Amino acid sequence: MSVGIVMLVHTALGRAEQVARHWSVAGCPLVIHADVSVPNKTYHAFQKSMSDLPNVRFSRRHRCEWGTWGLVAASQSASEMMLKEFPEVRHVYLTSGACLPLRPVQELLDYLAVRPLTDFIESATTADVPWTIGGLDAERFTLRFPFSWRKNRYLFDRYVALQRRIGMKRRIPNGIVPHMGSQWWCLTRQTLSAILSDPERGTYDRYFSKVWIPDESYFQTLARQYSHQIESRSLTLSKFGYQGKPHIFYDDHLQLLRRSDCFVARKIWPQASRLYDAFLTDEAGAMNRTEPNPAKIDRIFAKAVERRTRGRPGLYMQSRFPVESRENGLTSSKYSVFQGFSALFENFEPWLARATGARVHGHIFAPERAEFSDGEVVMNGALPDSAALRDYNPRAFLANLIWNTRGERQCFQFSPRDNQDINWDIAKDPNAQISVISGAWSVPLFKSNQDFADIRRDAALLQQIESKHLEILRSSWTKARVRIWTMAEFIEAPIEPLQTIIDDIAPHTTQRGLSEVPKMIDLTGFGQFLQNLKNQGMHPYLMGNFPVSHDLQDTRKNARKPYLVR
Amino acid sequence: MKLVQSYRMRLRRKHAKARAARKGLSLRPVVDRTAQIKPGDILLFSTLRDEHVRLPYFMDYYRRMGVDHFLFVDNDSTDGGGDYLADQPDVSLWHTTGSYRRARFGVDWLNGLQGKYGHGHWTLVVDPDEFFIYPFCDTRPIKALTDWLDGSNVRSFGAMLLDMYPKGRLDAASYRRGQDPLEIVAWFDPGNYMIAKNQKYGNLWIQGGPRARAFFADTPKKAPALNKIPLVKWHRRYAYISSTHMLLPRGLNLVYDEWGGEAASGILLHTKFLDTFVQKAKEEMTRKEHYRASLEYNAYNENMESTPELWCKWSEKYINWRQLEILGLMSKGNWA
Repeated sequence: MSVGIVMLVHTALGRAEQVARHWSVAGCPLVIHADVSVPNKTYHAFQKSMSDLPNVRFSRRHRCEWGTWGLVAASQSASEMMLKEFPEVRHVYLTSGACLPLRPVQELLDYLAVRPLTDFIESATTADVPWTIGGLDAERFTLRFPFSWRKNRYLFDRYVALQRRIGMKRRIPNGIVPHMGSQWWCLTRQTLSAILSDPERGTYDRYFSKVWIPDESYFQTLARQYSHQIESRSLTLSKFGYQGKPHIFYDDHLQLLRRSDCFVARKIWPQASRLYDAFLTDEAGAMNRTEPNPAKIDRIFAKAVERRTRGRPGLYMQSRFPVESRENGLTSSKYSVFQGFSALFENFEPWLARATGARVHGHIFAPERAEFSDGEVVMNGALPDSAALRDYNPRAFLANLIWNTRGERQCFQFSPRDNQDINWDIAKDPNAQISVISGAWSVPLFKSNQDFADIRRDAALLQQIESKHLEILRSSWTKARVRIWTMAEFIEAPIEPLQTIIDDIAPHTTQRGLSEVPKMIDLTGFGQFLQNLKNQGMHPYLMGNFPVSHDLQDTRKNARKPYLVR
Repeated sequence: MKLVQSYRMRLRRKHAKARAARKGLSLRPVVDRTAQIKPGDILLFSTLRDEHVRLPYFMDYYRRMGVDHFLFVDNDSTDGGGDYLADQPDVSLWHTTGSYRRARFGVDWLNGLQGKYGHGHWTLVVDPDEFFIYPFCDTRPIKALTDWLDGSNVRSFGAMLLDMYPKGRLDAASYRRGQDPLEIVAWFDPGNYMIAKNQKYGNLWIQGGPRARAFFADTPKKAPALNKIPLVKWHRRYAYISSTHMLLPRGLNLVYDEWGGEAASGILLHTKFLDTFVQKAKEEMTRKEHYRASLEYNAYNENMESTPELWCKWSEKYINWRQLEILGLMSKGNWA
């Protein structure tokens, strides 16, 4: 009893011959089908080169275009020839010219010898499989597909749309249940001959010849009708990736394939000489197998598909430039923006750095330069502090900063004095955590030594800018985590907001309660300052309600007086 | 509107082809070995002027990668580079005394040659100071890449220009013939690139890197473009429009993914900043044959007084393609 190999070839005939010899020498009879597109001259030379092999036959040639009936027709006629010419064959294994046996042929023979009635064919109902090329699953079996998907995509799509609209449906013959799976199967003589000599074969062939990708469903469906024992998996390792294209194996996959534990792998790059040399030597070389680890191949190829479809969040580069809303994160990791804190506290930045262990920058969008932490002029990734370069593409600047410092939490200060072009980008970024003390921009003005007329002008402008920014932060498009306090609210009870902020950035570092609080700037006279602005005709409202006549500090002093007197 | 735009692009492409034909008249064949070109061969096209010292390593690098035939345009070299190339068995060489600038920095010459010899081949267009890197380039020849691109129905492959520079002054180490230039210019900027989309042609416009950082920090708009599409399965109707930054038809410029995923891409290691650059910068100031009247050499000459080196503490030392892929400068895409 032996295994017969049906081999479908269309290119790289040299490699196909090499593999065919390998099977043949190991005692497996072969039937080879070559695509009609192979030129006659090449085909005859190919046939002649294998004339020394007694157990090789060539079957009638069909045109095998991807996704069409030709592939099934080719498998049918080659299988018929196999069953007829080699009566000792018990299993028929369908392979392609780009398949490579990974384990010694004898191991395959032994394996099948102890499972004489098992059919190895991946076969699942349409509802249960994730592969849907062109968005078609169950419709593969109920619509007609006379146009080539590869060559006539437009007509293909139009015709599918038309059939959907007019509700055209094909009847599935004899109540068979369509199944799908890998086209590389290994069937027993019993099952295969039952399929090929079925009196209803004409009906099935007519039906499947109009089905979408019949080579993945014809045998997969019909085997279910006859098989005593289906093992729904393929003995061939064949990985499909993005857009249903099979992954290709190269020389550098040698170790991976050695550990795959599969009998046959597909598809091998024809020029991967190391692979062919390593696996087609029937000596100890091929036997030299390490601990099998088939999951690794799955992991590698699954990752490759994910890289192609989802990419790395927050990365903008030459081959990943997502349109808005498809970024899958504007930035690569979480960061915090503080507005008004460094105006209100004398030592906010060093305090924050100590309390959280994060990298705390100054105003990186300041008009003069990007104020990186510790006065750096160049940051990770060789990102310079030039304001002109930054403002040329602020979004790229921010994305670069966060990407370049992956693994380290970034915090920076922001104020209405800074470049506001970035506001929408930050607001829409779910990775941003924005804390605003509204109106705190007035504190530096209050402390400044400018003419009051200038202060009034600046205050009016800054208030306008901040108010626009707050509008953005409160809009329905905002995805950032936003916290806004008016200045009055904040200074009434500063510890609680500070604690929340720290917990957000570094949830595990602080136990409970802050060991140290940043020092607030002395606000004596601030209420009067605001009143002066009002008296000049401006209306400072973003800072909330401050007592007009006496300040916070004053009230506290007043409150203490009676205590002192007593 | 869309139709009008398409038609305008068509005219622009035709114009480029006509220019190529006209400028091609100034090309005089020196050695024509194009009869050796077999179907499926990978062809490299390049223009050069006085780059003799770089050529031995350049040829070696691309032969090892699996380039089958080289087609050079020698723009009146005087350093013997032309003779060197004429002696190479896999080189076809043309000579011209025409203006590099008026041939749109060599694009017209190469468009003509590509149309004639590149049709149906994968063509790689690089300068003698550019070294192409692609995913798995240390274990797979370039044919593996082009076969995979063919199988994925992809016609063009992007590779961003990555400016390499030495640690220390540019003229500190002198480059020897045949030496790997990356031994000297081993450093690059890993993460300061800015991207915008060119709505007209559909390509990405990338700027940044050491040149933007050191020479154009105050005038970023003038910083040189780094986006390149050097590897294309050529059709005689295609045309490069501006250097290898963009092509027509516009579909060829879509070498990136817009839906969040990553397409596969490579890198062109740009080894311009050898000691030879310092000398060239002086020379080109008078020749004015380079882009925007040698703006860049100008900026260099001005800035080299104040910032004599491009290296900074966040510069990264080049190791291999995997490093560039981890840094996010290039991508494997779904190639595994």
